[in-house]
Amino acid sequence: MEGLFFNVNNGFLEGIVRGYKSGILTQSHYASLTQCETLEDFKTQLSATDYGNFLANEPSPLSTSTIADKATQTLVDHFNFLRSNSVEPLSKFLDYITYGYMIDNVVLLITGTLHERDTHELLERCHPLGIFDTMPALCVATNVEELYQSVLVETPLAPYFRDCLSAADLDDMNIEIIRNTVYKAYLEDFYNYVSTIGSTTVDVMHNILAFEADRRTINITINSFDTELTKEQRAKLFPAIGRLFPAGNNALAKADDIDQVRQVCDNVGEYRSFFDNSASGQSNGDLGDFGVAAQLEDRFFRMEVHLNKLAFLQQFQYGVFYSYVKLKEQEIRNITWIAECIAQDARDRMHDFIPIF
Amino acid sequence: MGYKTYTSFGLPTFLIIIIALYLLFTGSGEVFDVGRFLEETSPFVWGSLGIGLCIGLSVFGAGWGIFLTGASILGISTKNLISIIFCEVVAIYGVIMGIVYSSKLQPVPEALLYTKDNYFTGYALFFGGLTVGLCNLLCGLCVGIAGSTAALADAADSTLFVKVLVVEVFGSVLGLFGLIIGLLMIGNAKEFLPGSPAVSAVS
Repeated sequence: MEGLFFNVNNGFLEGIVRGYKSGILTQSHYASLTQCETLEDFKTQLSATDYGNFLANEPSPLSTSTIADKATQTLVDHFNFLRSNSVEPLSKFLDYITYGYMIDNVVLLITGTLHERDTHELLERCHPLGIFDTMPALCVATNVEELYQSVLVETPLAPYFRDCLSAADLDDMNIEIIRNTVYKAYLEDFYNYVSTIGSTTVDVMHNILAFEADRRTINITINSFDTELTKEQRAKLFPAIGRLFPAGNNALAKADDIDQVRQVCDNVGEYRSFFDNSASGQSNGDLGDFGVAAQLEDRFFRMEVHLNKLAFLQQFQYGVFYSYVKLKEQEIRNITWIAECIAQDARDRMHDFIPIF
Repeated sequence: MGYKTYTSFGLPTFLIIIIALYLLFTGSGEVFDVGRFLEETSPFVWGSLGIGLCIGLSVFGAGWGIFLTGASILGISTKNLISIIFCEVVAIYGVIMGIVYSSKLQPVPEALLYTKDNYFTGYALFFGGLTVGLCNLLCGLCVGIAGSTAALADAADSTLFVKVLVVEVFGSVLGLFGLIIGLLMIGNAKEFLPGSPAVSAVS
């Protein structure tokens, strides 16, 4: 039944976003990009793809941060086109996608202000998808209560901040706690919103958001080993969605080292391979904790790309918009990585990016 | 129970029960007479309703299919408009049947209208038109959704278009089935002819 009325409001935009998706770089593009010797070659190769002449007006010599910024700008332009042409409920769905970036921007501004950085510099480093009008006012932060009353209460992030108003002062630890509490509230809210839209969107987005929640749970657990974060505080940061909820979350709240995390993840079929250390291609046998974490991050990204690619197999649902944004972001990370390897002449690690199509 | 459930199910049921009980308790329960309704309704009503449903539902299906496919084609901007043609064919089936059926509608004075053959023609036109209309409505929907997916698949991978087109061809055959059955239903029906009434004491 979803096919009967979806196209009335969203057919055009679904066609547009699938067109954008077919412009995502493929293995053959990456093969030619990795063979570039200089960043000028890199720019020429990119001009033959969907990016076109996005670096045309940049003065040489190019820097990798310029490439990353301009590539992000193309993503933002695409997203703004979709957002401006959409109606409810798609427009609300697209807004939900931006809230994640807004949270990152808010935390960036608060942290930067505490370390007394320049306001303009901070504002330039904010992610363009998460910009909202009253953002510069965040730079006068002293405590969360005041921030909330003056700035955040009018933004869409207001309901997420309500739970952490009691944080006493803003120091580095508390800011991370605030970030994770707010993000937890955002994920759960997004999950619940998706449940109201329609069964096909639910199928796709629940899988993606559940994985996102589990990924954050595992990351918070591993990052909180040997820190001052107590286990009760840690447990409050885990989102109440995902395959690890509730039994896995409880077990992870009590975990003390990576082996216990591995045991918890063994209970979930899809996550068992994340901790698999015997994969071929590892040159050194014992990676140690840091190596396992880096490898884990890589595997999380691969799983995320896999789930986002699956979203395009179904028509008449909103998951394609979310997946396009995430896949494009991964592509931007990939080309930034390749550009960095070219610029620093570290060609042996150039193939460590995650291919998408 | 929301307002929608109350108004869409509760209110009509309530009204029907009230009217039925009123008729029953005031001794005029025999006013509700299906047989008399069928005898007294003019065959022109049945015939015209049938033709209206035929063309109306066919165009409804064709229009729905075209907008479903068209919205996706606008986003993809492909040149493959064959899905739109399949949807349009559904409306053409409806027009053809409408023309065939309307040739049966001939003027007959009322006193000579209610013959057995005319009753048969009236019912045949109504249900034939309903059959053709419903078949074309669902066919238009089927071809529309398949056409939307065909446009997107074609944009992603050109080799897929022919395969999805086969699906659409099978879908459009549904409208053809409706056309055939509609013609068969009207096959034995003569046009409206004057004759002596079949049932006496009809006003």
